[in-house]
Amino acid sequence: MIVDVPRFVAAERDTWKELETILERIEADPSRRLSVADLRHFHYLYQKTSADLARISTFAFEPRICRYLESLVARAYGEVHETRETKRSARLGTLFWYGFPAAFQRRIAAFWLAVAIMMAGTIFGGVVLRVDPTTKPILLPFSHLQGDPAERVAHEEKAKRSSAAGSQSSFSAFLMTHNIRVSIFTFSSGIAAGLGTIVLLFYNGVILGAITVDYVFAGQTRFLLGWLLPHGVIEIPAILIAGQAGLLLGGAIVGWKDRASFRQRLRNVAPDLVVLLFGLAVLLVWAGVIEASFSQWHEPVMPYGLKIGFGLVELTLLVLFLSKRGVRQS
Amino acid sequence: MLFAARTNRLQVRTPEGILFSFLLASPVTRFLAVSIDVACVIALISSLRTVVGLLGILDPDVAMAFQIVAYFVVSVAYGIGTEWYWRGQTIGKRLLRLRVLDERGLKLEFSQIVIRNLLRCVDLLPAFYAVGGTVCLLTRDTQRLGDIAANTIVVRNPPILEPDLDQLRPDKWNSLRSHLHLSARLRQCVTPAMAALTVDAILRREEFASAERLRLFNELAQYFKTLVPYPAETIEGVTDEQYVRNVADVIFR
Repeated sequence: MIVDVPRFVAAERDTWKELETILERIEADPSRRLSVADLRHFHYLYQKTSADLARISTFAFEPRICRYLESLVARAYGEVHETRETKRSARLGTLFWYGFPAAFQRRIAAFWLAVAIMMAGTIFGGVVLRVDPTTKPILLPFSHLQGDPAERVAHEEKAKRSSAAGSQSSFSAFLMTHNIRVSIFTFSSGIAAGLGTIVLLFYNGVILGAITVDYVFAGQTRFLLGWLLPHGVIEIPAILIAGQAGLLLGGAIVGWKDRASFRQRLRNVAPDLVVLLFGLAVLLVWAGVIEASFSQWHEPVMPYGLKIGFGLVELTLLVLFLSKRGVRQS
Repeated sequence: MLFAARTNRLQVRTPEGILFSFLLASPVTRFLAVSIDVACVIALISSLRTVVGLLGILDPDVAMAFQIVAYFVVSVAYGIGTEWYWRGQTIGKRLLRLRVLDERGLKLEFSQIVIRNLLRCVDLLPAFYAVGGTVCLLTRDTQRLGDIAANTIVVRNPPILEPDLDQLRPDKWNSLRSHLHLSARLRQCVTPAMAALTVDAILRREEFASAERLRLFNELAQYFKTLVPYPAETIEGVTDEQYVRNVADVIFR
C-alpha cells in the first residue's frame, strides 16, 4: 500500500507541532502542572501521533518522518505513562523526623544484620590484639593510636585546652564530610551483592574492637568512654545505618527468597535507601560538631562523667527517636 | 513492554502497541559528558573558594570549614541537583544531548537520581570510571553500576527536525499526467519499497554530493523509464531528477 505523503503530512502536521510545543513547555519547566483539560488534550495528541507513527512505520516509509514521530512519541510516553507520584517539594524536616525512623523500622532486619557483622569485627579485632599485641600497627593504622594509651591520656590531660582548639570549625567540617563519604562508600559497596558492605562493616568493627581492648587493658576505660561516647553514640549507629542501606541494596541484588524480578526488587528498596542515607547524613553532621567541639576536651577541663552522661543521653534520645517516632508514623 | 537486542537501541512497546526506540548513549559519549561535568564542578568550587577566601580575612578557621563543606556539597550535589532540575540532564549531558531516563522510558524519580549519583564512587574505581566503563561495555543497555542499582539508562537525543516536506510538492507542470493510462499502469507497477525509496531520494537530495545526486536520479529515472515507457516527446528536455519528481507525483496522487 502506498500512502499519499503530502496529504498525510498536511493532515497531521498540526497535531505533531502542537504535541512538540507542549513537550517543549513541559521540559523547559519541570515544575509545571497541566490542568485536567490540558492533560486530556495532551493525551489525545499523544495517541494521535502514536497512531501516525504506527501507520507510517508499517509501510517502511520515509525514515526521517518515522524518526521525527518516534522522538515525539518517546518524549511524550514518559509523561503519559508515568503513574508514580512525583514529589518535587519534599519537606526535609518531615522526611527526617518521620520518614527516616519509619524507613529504619521497616528495614530493621538489615540493621540488626549490620550490627551483628560489626560486632563480629569488634570481637575479632579485640581478640587478635589481646592475643598478639604486635598486630597493633596493622589493626590500628593511625598515628595517634600507635603509642601507649596511658601516655596519650597523660599527654591529653596535661593540655589546658582541646587538641582541636583554634581549628574546631574546619575539623568539624572535615569530620562530617569524611564520615558521610565513608557512609556513602559503605552503602555503595552493597552493589557487590552486599559483600563490600560486609567487609567495610567488619573492618570498622575490627578497629573499634582493637581500640577498646587497647585502652581498657591499659586501664584507660574512663578516658575511652569520655572520648568516644559523645560522638560515637551517633557516629557508630550512623555507620551501621549506612551498612543497613548497603545490605538492603545487596539483598535486592541477590534477591534471596524474593520472587519479585531483579528490577522490581531494586525499585522496592530505592525510596527507603534514600531516606536512610539522608537521615544518617544529618546524624553525621551532628556527630562531627560534637567530635570537634566536645569530644576533644578531657579532664581536668571537662569531667569524664559529664561526657559519658552526655553520650548516654544522646544514645537514649537516638534510640527513642528511631523506635518511637518510626512506629507512630508507620 | 521492553526488549532490546545487542544494539545501541532500547525498544519500547507501549500499551497501545506502538513500537519506538531510544538511542543508548555510548560509554565514550558518557565519559565526555562526565569530563565536562568535572570541569563545571572544578569551576564552581574555584569560584566558591574565591568567595569563601574573603571570609578568611575575618576567621580563617570558619573559611576553611566553609571550603571543606562547599567542596563536598558541590561534588555530591551537582549531579543530583542538575539531574533533578533538568529531568535527567547535567550540563555535560545537555551539551552532548544525553538524558537519563527510567529504564522503562518513564520519568526519573528522585530516589533513582540519588542512588545513581551516589554509586558513582564505586563506578569511579580504581580511577577514571574503570569499573563503570567496563560494566557499561558488558551490559546490554550500556549501564554502569549506578544505573543498574537505580534502574536507569542514558539515552542520546540527536536533534531531529521535521523533514523538509515541501520538497514533495510539485511546483512544475507534470507532463506525465497527460497520459492517464500510462500513469495508472505506473502506479500499479511500482512497489511500496520503490515508492518509499523515491520519496526518500527526493527528501534527502541536499545530503548528496552533486555527482552522486546526478547518478542516483539517473538510475531511478532509467528504472522508471524501463518500467513504464512514456512517449519520447513527453519526457523530452525533462531532467532525470524532474522525471523522478514527476513519477512521485503520479504515484502519490
